Order: sequence, then structure tokens, then C-alpha cells
Amino acid sequence: MEFFHEPNIDWMGKKWYFISASLALLVAGLLSIAVHHGLVYGIEFRSGTQVTVKFAKAPDLGAIRRELAKDNWKGASIQSIGPASEHSVMIELPLQEGASEGSALDAGKNAIVKALTSLYGGASAGKSDFNNATSKNIEDYLLVSDPLGMASKGLDTATSTYEKLAAAMVQFRDNPPQSGLIADFQQLSNVPGVTPAVISALEKGFYLSGFTVRNTEIVGPKVGSDLRRQAVYVTLAGLAAMLVYIWFRFELIYGVSAVIAVFHDVLITIGLFSLFGKEITLDVIAALLTLVGYSMNDTIVVFDRVRENLPSSKRENFADLVNRSINQTLSRTILTSGLTFLAVLALFLFGGEVIHGFAFAMVVGVLIGTYSSIAIASPILVYWQSRAGKGGVREKRRVYEREIATAKR
Amino acid sequence: MDHTRLRNRTIFILVVLIASVLGLTGIPKNFQQLKENLANRIHLGLDLKGGTHMVLQVHVDDAVKVVTDQALERLRDEMSSRGIPYSSIERQGISSILIKGVPDEKSGDLDALVGQQFSTWTLQRVPGQPQSRVLNMKVSEVAMIRNQALDQARETIRRRIDALGLVGPEVADYGQGDYELVVQLPGVSDPTRVKNIIQATAMLELKLVRGGPYPSRDAALSSFGGVLPPGTELVPGNDESSSSSGGQVWYLLNQVAAVTGRDLTGAQPSTGQNGQPIVNFTLSREGAVRFGEITGKNVGKQLAIVLDNRVVSAPVIDSRITDSGEIRGNFTTQQASDLALMLRSGALPASISYINESTVGPSLGADSIRDGIIACIVGFLAVMLFMLIYYRGAGVNADVALILNLIILMAVLAYFQAVLTLPGIAGVILTVGMGVDSNVLVFERIREELRHGKAPGAAVAAGFEHAFRTILDTHVTTVAAAAILFTFGTGPIKGFAVTLTIGLIANLFTSVYVSRTIFDYVLSRRQKGEALSV
Repeated sequence: MEFFHEPNIDWMGKKWYFISASLALLVAGLLSIAVHHGLVYGIEFRSGTQVTVKFAKAPDLGAIRRELAKDNWKGASIQSIGPASEHSVMIELPLQEGASEGSALDAGKNAIVKALTSLYGGASAGKSDFNNATSKNIEDYLLVSDPLGMASKGLDTATSTYEKLAAAMVQFRDNPPQSGLIADFQQLSNVPGVTPAVISALEKGFYLSGFTVRNTEIVGPKVGSDLRRQAVYVTLAGLAAMLVYIWFRFELIYGVSAVIAVFHDVLITIGLFSLFGKEITLDVIAALLTLVGYSMNDTIVVFDRVRENLPSSKRENFADLVNRSINQTLSRTILTSGLTFLAVLALFLFGGEVIHGFAFAMVVGVLIGTYSSIAIASPILVYWQSRAGKGGVREKRRVYEREIATAKR
Repeated sequence: MDHTRLRNRTIFILVVLIASVLGLTGIPKNFQQLKENLANRIHLGLDLKGGTHMVLQVHVDDAVKVVTDQALERLRDEMSSRGIPYSSIERQGISSILIKGVPDEKSGDLDALVGQQFSTWTLQRVPGQPQSRVLNMKVSEVAMIRNQALDQARETIRRRIDALGLVGPEVADYGQGDYELVVQLPGVSDPTRVKNIIQATAMLELKLVRGGPYPSRDAALSSFGGVLPPGTELVPGNDESSSSSGGQVWYLLNQVAAVTGRDLTGAQPSTGQNGQPIVNFTLSREGAVRFGEITGKNVGKQLAIVLDNRVVSAPVIDSRITDSGEIRGNFTTQQASDLALMLRSGALPASISYINESTVGPSLGADSIRDGIIACIVGFLAVMLFMLIYYRGAGVNADVALILNLIILMAVLAYFQAVLTLPGIAGVILTVGMGVDSNVLVFERIREELRHGKAPGAAVAAGFEHAFRTILDTHVTTVAAAAILFTFGTGPIKGFAVTLTIGLIANLFTSVYVSRTIFDYVLSRRQKGEALSV
């Protein structure tokens, strides 16, 4: 089976279509950054409190917001995340004025927990919350209430039995699909070793709150700004390293064309993040850097072939040479990108909420990275080449000899 | 390739495979043990296991201030005993002391004093104030105290966390030289108690009470005519007479402590006479001597037990005590136990506050693991299926190489006890996607060579030879990007960089060495004239 049997497409001839498509995307992205969503940074860059909560039933976001406002917490951002059936919500509060460290930072999280407890807590006097209890809490309670009648078997046996039982129940509660929250004690009967006696004992000592905190991020102002600075350094370092590397392997012109193409990729990706209102987290920065590497790879494949074809190109003009090189490498370019795309698509569709931003960046990046090697890097190379020399045979010979010298080094 | 070489290569590959599998699974007796072994050898990051990650700021300048204050006291004593008059001596900032009112004829004496007794300080004149001098701590000394404070803080926090009995906690330096520490606590989903234990300075001092309790600071001052007697200080404390802890009173205490936390040899939680939780402490020999002196001379007076600059209690000295004592406050059992823990591990040399906290609950971790594994399997199967359809026989080759690639990757992670994070799982998926690209590069070249009429054996050889350079190139660029991420990235991202790098290096082995061996095996079995399935 073969997709591309000896293709012969005039890529350079179509360059204006490509460039206009890229410009359109770039402008859309920049406009979005300027006036639409702006750039949405993840919490680790912004500083503040971010809490992910799962509810037993669909929560009333407005009620939560009002409850927080009662304690003077304005500016809360509350959104649902993930599939609706999971009832997961992300609540974010900015830092209080002047809160920079220590217990002042806890204020946001405490406020959120307090608001949620008053709305969805379901607390019962004298009972503990089963959904937020640890394995030890449950084990201690079972030891005291002894629903399985282990008292006769000695302390050691009883302790180990209840320890295993508590651990099994906690694991059942935390694993999918319960994912941290059970709505009814009867659900525990699915756990091996849990008898009706155990369940009624639990019902006497525990209540089931309507929510559980899955994840907490509290970012002080110093760490937020440190991370922002680091992210910029990392990206600049990456681009600089790539430029130096290509400069050594090829001529400067090739290097600059490749770097412009990669820059174009990063800008478009960031623009798309803004268009779709997605958060730019540390993971996303990591993905962008990986993309820089990946797009470079792709461009190198084409440029390698261009250099390989130079000796046999005395009668061709440069644009035709580049066309031929692209056509020769088309099959493997599309295949390798396609396979990488398959892999990151799986991550995007099935990888879950937490890694979603990263996966989106990779999916977009693989597509744009491949596209840019053909549509951006190559036209720039041709354009530069025609500017640098007269494009004639003598000029090409000079370039060719320089290339050989570089390759020999 | 001749048969001996082929056989040797096959044996080598099988050895690598078996070593990797064993490294991952050990030698299990049944399926349950297999799962346990796997879980033990692969270290999960906090984002998959659940736990707390905190960044702490160590206020190292506290320690510098303490040294400056001590120097100030010494300076006062020395200047008095040498007869050098002054109008005031005050601390300025954290590492400077301002001396005013030194007459010109005594300035030589002051220089001599500083040169002899204060070698880590420099004395400078103050422009515009001929009779003032500024004593500055040398920069190297300041740096040394700061670093010492950081080291001590790190060790003390480690001891406290170890005493909590958690599994696999870590305390390490963080950031670039800002005196920050990172603490990782796997399995802790409510860090409130741990935060309290870590952040409490736990500085214990026993000081004689000179006056009080006074209902307010002003009341205390006014009973001394607005100026405190030399060598004393006002310290707040809880109102012991009322049962609620709302009332605050003030005590006038000696500034110099008779006994400090450094004199403790042990601290245990216990129950007092009335059954309330207390902390029993024991003293070292020197501490016991000093304690004996102070209690012996001051029977009937009160001795304040000061914790972190707050009076916890001020019992009356009944008789001379030497080597042990008890601390009573309104403690719960848990608080008494935590206090004993902190006293045992030593006081923090500087105060600590946390500046960042990230807590992942175990349920989110479990979800992330499940999603990550599903994505991995789907991606893997999709890629494998495509290779089979598009490259037929060679597709099997690529798929086998890919499976081996993943096994080696996981085995290396387990061997180096590298931490697998959620971005790390993404790195595995990316290895699958990019790794199989190497095979594509080779196969496409082989197809091209076959098209140009080469014999299968020669086509395979040419394919690998030409494609190798590009494979190496692409892997080097990606690993370079990963290296930058590793250097600058935080925990989860480091995990991504590590899995991607190991995956791609392993891929060099599997897509070139192993793939080639499989091809040679197929070629050696091929009948003359039979086409190569690629």
C-alpha cells in the first residue's frame, strides 16, 4: 500500500496561498490575544488559589459565587470542567491584598471550603465526613465499633483486618468511576469484605458530604513571577539553541529560514490557545518547546534533501530544485507526521482533563510544524537565495561549493 | 549477514528483553504479586499518586538579625568595661549597628576594640556625623550565616517530617539561590497539620518573670514609668486564669534566657496531674546546672516558659529542680505530641513560611493514571495497526521493535527509580509516535531502493545506511529540547523530559539494531526470488 507514488506538485508556485493562509491564522490569533480572550495563563503563572472540586450532584455555580461574596470574596472564577456527568468544577480566587506567604495564603482555600461546606456539606453533628476521611480515620472507627465482631480474635488480627478493609474502601472510593465521592453507603457493598453490619456501623459514625476536593493549588506572588520569568527563558533558550545547531549543519540562510518557520509555528499555536480560550500552563510551555524540536526535525528532512540534490541541479532554478526535494520527501514527511499525530491525538481524546492543554498544543503543533516546513521555510529559503545571488548558474555553483565545504566540516 | 552473527545478535537482543522484563516484574509467583512488583518498581510522581508539594521560604535574615543583636549586647558590655562613652547604640537593618556620641579622643580605642573583638565586622565613619560610627557585618559573614541557616532549616524540617512517619517524603533546595526549599509529601492530602509542624519555629526559652501578668502593654509600661528596667522585655502570653484563650496578658521577663531549647535532651508528651496533656522535657548536664542555679535562687518566683516569643505558662518555682520539667498550656493531645516532636527535632534558626502549595488528592491521581494508560494503549494500537496495514511484513518488524522500545523504556525508569509523572506518560506516548517515525524513514528508503531495482538484501542495507543519519539528527534535536526542559523545568515536566529522552535513546537501539536483525532474519529465511514484504 502506498499513498504518494511519485508526486509532482508545484509547491513553490502555490506559496502565496500558503502565506495568506498563515497570515490569516496569525492575524486571527493576534486579534484574539489583543481584544478577545487575551492570553489565559494557568494559575501557576498568575498566583492565587485554585481548587478542583467534584460534586455528588450538579452544583449551582451561582450559589457558590454568592456564598463566597458573603465573606467578601469577589472576583471568583467558577467553571465546570470535564464531562457534565462528572460534576467537576474549578474554583479560583485571587490572592488577598498583600498576602504573600504563610497562613495568609491559606485564606482563599479556607473560604472556598467553608462556602462549599455550608452549601453542600450535609454535616451531621458528631459524625465525620466519609468522603474526605483517610484510611486511618476509618480504620480507627471500625476498630472501636467492631461491626465484624473481631474482638474475640485478638487485637492484632482485628487491626490488620480493619486496616485492609478501610484501605480497600478508600481505594474503591477514590478510583474511577467514583473518583473520590460516594453518594450512598450502599455503594460500598461492592467492596469485598464489606457486610451490611459494616455499612450500618459506618452510617452511625460518618455522613456523606456532597463534595470532595480533588486538587488544590495555592500560588504565592513570588513563585508566580519566578515561573513566568523561567518560562520565557526556556523558550528563548530553546529557539537560540536550535538556531545555533542549524547554523552549524547548514548555511546561515537555511538556519534563519528554519527559525522563522518555527517562530511562526509557536505564534500560531499560542494564537489558537487564545482563540479557544485555553489555559497556557507550564505543561503547555513544555509542549511548545517540544514542538520547536519537532518542527526543526521536519524542516531538516526537507533541507537535507535540498542539499543532497544540489550537485545534480545545474540546469534547474532553485525553486524547482526545492519543489523536487519536497516531492521526494513528501511520502515520509506525511507518514511520520501522520503517525506522531495519531499518537498525540489519542492523548488529546483520551488523556483526561489535566493533560488536555499539553495535548492540544501537541496536536496543533504537529500539524502546523509539518505544514510550515513546506509552506513557510522553503519559500523563505528560495526568496532569500534569489536575493542573495542572481539565481543564475554561477551563483548556484558558488552556493553548492560552499555547501560541500560545510558538509565536509 | 552470516548465521553466526545473526544468532549472536538475536541472543543479545533476547538478553536485553529478558533483563528488562525481569527488572520490571521481578519473579512473581502469581498475578497479584506481578501487579504489586510493578507498582513498587515504578515510582509515581505526586500528580499520579496524590500528595502535597510545597515551596518554603526560609527567612534567613532572621538568623543574621540574631547574630547582630548578640553582637550589640557584647559591644555594649565591652564599651562600658573599656570606658568608651556613647550616647546610643542601635541596630540598623539586619546587619549594621549604629553607634552615636563617641568623643573624638576615644575613637582610637573604639577602633582597637573592633579590631580585637569584632573581627567579622568593619567599622566605618558616618558622613556628616563626626561622632557616629557604623559597624557593618562583613558580607562574607552575612552570606555564611544565611547559608548555615538554610542548611540547618533544611535538616530540622527533614527531622520533623521523618518523625511524622510518612512514606517517601523529600526536602530539597529549590530555585536559584533565594533560600527556598521544596517539600514533597506523598500521600498527604490535607497538609494543614504538616504545615503547622514545619512552620513553627519551636524556639523554647525559660526566662525569669520580673513582673506581671499585666492586662495590656501600656499598663505594663506605665507601672515602670514608661521605661523598662535594663535587661528586660515585654512578652505576650495567654491569660491562664480565664478558660478561653481569647484574653491576652503581658509579662515582664528577663531578656536573657536561663535555659533554651538547645539544652534539651528529650521531650515527650504525657499527662499532667489533672489529666490534661503536657510535655515533659529533660535537660543536658550543663542545662541542668544552669536550671538548678536559677530555680535554687528564685524559689517562690515565677519562671516563664516561652515558646516562639509567647509565654505558654508561668508556673511558680516550688523548689530547686535540675534535670527535667514539664510544659503545661491549653494543649490537646495532638498539640502536645506535635510540640514534643518539634522540641526534639530542634528549633528552626529562622522563620519559615510557605509560598506555594500544590495538593493532588488520590482520586484525581487515580483518574490521571487511568486516563494516561488508556491514551497510551489507544495510541499504541492505532500506530501498530497502521504500520501493519501500510507496510505489511515490515510492519510486524516495526511493531516488535516498538514493543521492545516501550519495555526497555519502562525498565530503565524502574532501574534508575526515575519518577513517572502525567507529562511523563505523555512522553511515553510521544516516544511511540516519534519512535515509529524512525522505522518509517528506513522503510521508505528501502522501498525507494527496491523501486530503483536493487536486490532485497542490498536495499535493506542501503535503507538503513542512508536513513541512519536522519534518524540520529531528529533524535538529537528532540533530546536537546528535552534537555533544556529538564534543566529549567519543575517536577512533572522533568518527568516528561526524562521519559522522552530515555524513550528516544532506546528507540535508536530498537529501530536500528533490532529492526535490522529482524530484517536479516527474514532475509535469511527468504526463498530465492521471493519478494520482500515491505
